[in-house]
Amino acid sequence: MKFRAKIVDAACLNHFTRVSNMIAKLAKTCTLRISPDKLNFILSDKLANGGVSMWCELEQENFFSEFQMEGVSAENNEIYLELTSENLSRALKTAQNARALKIKLTNKHFPCLTVSVELLSVSSSSRIVTHDIPIKVIPRKLWKDLQEPVVPHPDVSIYLPVLKTMKSVVEKMRNISNHLVIEANLNGDLNLKIETELVCVTTHFKDLGNPPLASENASQDRNPEQMAEVHLDIRKLLQFLVGQQVNPTKALCNIVSNKMVHFDLLHEDVSLQYFIPALS
Amino acid sequence: MKCLVTGGNVKVLGKAVHALSRIGDELYLEPLEDGLSLRTVNSSRSAYACFVLAPLFFQQYQAITPGQDLLRCKILMKSFLSVFRSLAMLEKTVEKCCISLNGRSSCLVVQLHCKYGVRKTHNLSFQDCESLQAVFDPASCPHMLRAPARVLGEAVLPFPPALAEVTLGIGRGRRVILRSYQEEEEADSTVKAMMTEMSIGEEDFQQLQAQEGVAVTFCLKEFRGLLSFAESANLNLSIHFDAPGRPAIFTIKDSLLDGHFVLATLSETDPHSKDLGSQELHQPVPQLQDYSTSHLDDFANDDIDSYMIAMETTVGSEGSRVLPSVSLSPVRQLSHSPDPHSEEDEAEPSTVPGTPPPKKFRSLFFGSILAPVHSPQGPSPVLAEDSEGEG
Repeated sequence: MKFRAKIVDAACLNHFTRVSNMIAKLAKTCTLRISPDKLNFILSDKLANGGVSMWCELEQENFFSEFQMEGVSAENNEIYLELTSENLSRALKTAQNARALKIKLTNKHFPCLTVSVELLSVSSSSRIVTHDIPIKVIPRKLWKDLQEPVVPHPDVSIYLPVLKTMKSVVEKMRNISNHLVIEANLNGDLNLKIETELVCVTTHFKDLGNPPLASENASQDRNPEQMAEVHLDIRKLLQFLVGQQVNPTKALCNIVSNKMVHFDLLHEDVSLQYFIPALS
Repeated sequence: MKCLVTGGNVKVLGKAVHALSRIGDELYLEPLEDGLSLRTVNSSRSAYACFVLAPLFFQQYQAITPGQDLLRCKILMKSFLSVFRSLAMLEKTVEKCCISLNGRSSCLVVQLHCKYGVRKTHNLSFQDCESLQAVFDPASCPHMLRAPARVLGEAVLPFPPALAEVTLGIGRGRRVILRSYQEEEEADSTVKAMMTEMSIGEEDFQQLQAQEGVAVTFCLKEFRGLLSFAESANLNLSIHFDAPGRPAIFTIKDSLLDGHFVLATLSETDPHSKDLGSQELHQPVPQLQDYSTSHLDDFANDDIDSYMIAMETTVGSEGSRVLPSVSLSPVRQLSHSPDPHSEEDEAEPSTVPGTPPPKKFRSLFFGSILAPVHSPQGPSPVLAEDSEGEG
C-alpha cells in the first residue's frame, strides 16, 4: 500500500480544509477511502450508536496536483483507513498560508497519515510542520461494511431551506425537546415539529420546490398535500446542520416515511450524503 | 513600598501577571533597589518565574517608605490576577496604577485610576514571607538559542492547546525542531495522539549555539505564557539549556524589565523516544561523542547548586541563608548525597513531603540533577526524510 499526494494551489487547499472541517464536525472518527480517482470520507455508525451514516466523495484531480497510490492489490486498488477526523482538520488548520502540502501514508512508529506543510514565512527560510496522524488500516474483510449506501426510494423529496436558518430553528427546539418530527410534501412544504407535554412548536417552510421525479415510482400517485414524516433524534439533525458552514450549491432532503431521512448535498464538486434513521 | 505605573506600562504589568499566573498559585512581591520583583513557583516546584521591573518602568518607584522596614509579601495569584484580568479594559480605561504596601494596614493596595475620575481600589491581604529565589545560572548552560518571540510563538502555534510537553532540539542541518512529546503510557495505548513536529531553519534565529542532536523536553503551558508576554512586548527570547533533566532557562530582557522562567526538563528515561532515536533519528557518531565528552567535562567541574533550580530563601538584606519555608528537603538531601548515580533518590521522589504525587516528569525535577550522565541519545529529533513507508 502506498499513497502520496500534494496540493500546491491555495484555493484547492482552502477547499480541502473546509471539507475536512465539515467532516470533523459530522463524525468523530471516520474512514478514509483512497482510490485512484476519488477520496471518500465514510461514516457508518452501528445501530447502537444511532445508526447515522455518511458518504462524502470528492474527485482527487480537483484538489491534488500530484496523486500516487497503490492499493492492496491490482484488482483491489483501494486503501481504507480509519482516523480521528479532528486530527486531520487540525493538521490542515496549520496549512492556512502554506506554500505546499503533502499527504502520505507512512509507518514511522505506528501507521500514520503524515501531513507535511511547507509554510510561507517572512524571511527566506522555510518552516516545515509535520503532523503524524495515527491511523488504522482496515482489512479487506471489513470493506464490505463501508460501501456506498443504497439510497432508498423516498416518499417525498424536497429542496432544503437555507441551512443556517434551519440550524437556528433546530438549535432552539433542541432546548425544549429531544425528538423532532421532520415532515414534507410534494407541494414544497417542509415542517419541523416538536411536541412536549407543555408545548407544541412547528416551523413551516413554504415553496421550497421539489425536484422532478426520477422515474416510475410510488410517489407519482401521491397526493401533493400529503405529508411524509420521520421522527428523529434532534441531536443527530443538529450535528448535521452544525457541520454545514458553507451553504451548499444543492441541498436535497429525501424522506422515507418513518424510516429515515437522507440529505443529499453538493458543495461545488464535493458531494455529501448523510443518513439519519428514524426513531422507532 | 509605593510605585506608580502609567500608560502602556499598566498593560505590560498586566501581561506579566498573566504569564506568571500560568505557573503558580501564589505571587511573591518584593521591592528591591533595582526594581520590583514579581516571582512565582508552581506547586510541584518544577517551574519558577521571575520578572524584575526596573525603577525606570515606573513613573515613581520607592522601594522603602521612609521609617519603615523593607517589606516583601506573598499574595494569592488569583486575587492579584483579578485586578488585571481584562487586558482590554486595562488598555482602554486605566490611566495609571498605584501599588502600595505598608505594614500598618497589612494590605497590598492596588489602585486603578481610570478615565472619568473612576478609581478602583483593591485591598489584597498578604502574608509575610521570605524571599523566593531560585538558584540558576544561564551562563552554565552549554546550549543557547535566541530568536524573536514571534518566531517561537509561530512555532508553537500548530501544537494542540491540550498538549502538555514539547521537545526542543537541534536536528539535521542545524534546524531547530519542536515536537510534541508523548508519554510512555500514551504511546503504548491503542488510542494514539497525533504527533506534530515543527522545523525551523537556523536563519530565523539570531543566535544558535548548540550541536545537532541535543534536545530537551519541557512544559508547553508555561512556555506559552512567557511567549505571549514576550510577543506582545516584541522582545527577543533566549533559551538556555543543558542535558535532559537539567532545567532550561528562558530569558527576556530590555531596558525596563527582565524576565526569567526556569522550567524543569524531562530526564531521558523514556524507552519509547529512544526507539525513535534508533529508528529514524540516527545521529552521526562523532557528534554523539563530542556531545558526551563535553558533557562529562561539564559534569566534572560542576558546582551542583548552579545547575539546580533550588528554592532558597534569604532573610532580608543580610544575605544569610536559611532553610526556606518552602519544602526543600529533596534538594538538601540530594546535594549532600555522595553518590551522583544514586537511584534511590530518583526512585522515591514521592516521599518528599508536600510534593504532590507527580508525573514522572515533575518528580524528576530534583532527582534529575543527579541523573546518570551517560545518556546523551535523547529524543534528538531530526526531521525525518520524506519516506514512502508502507502504511
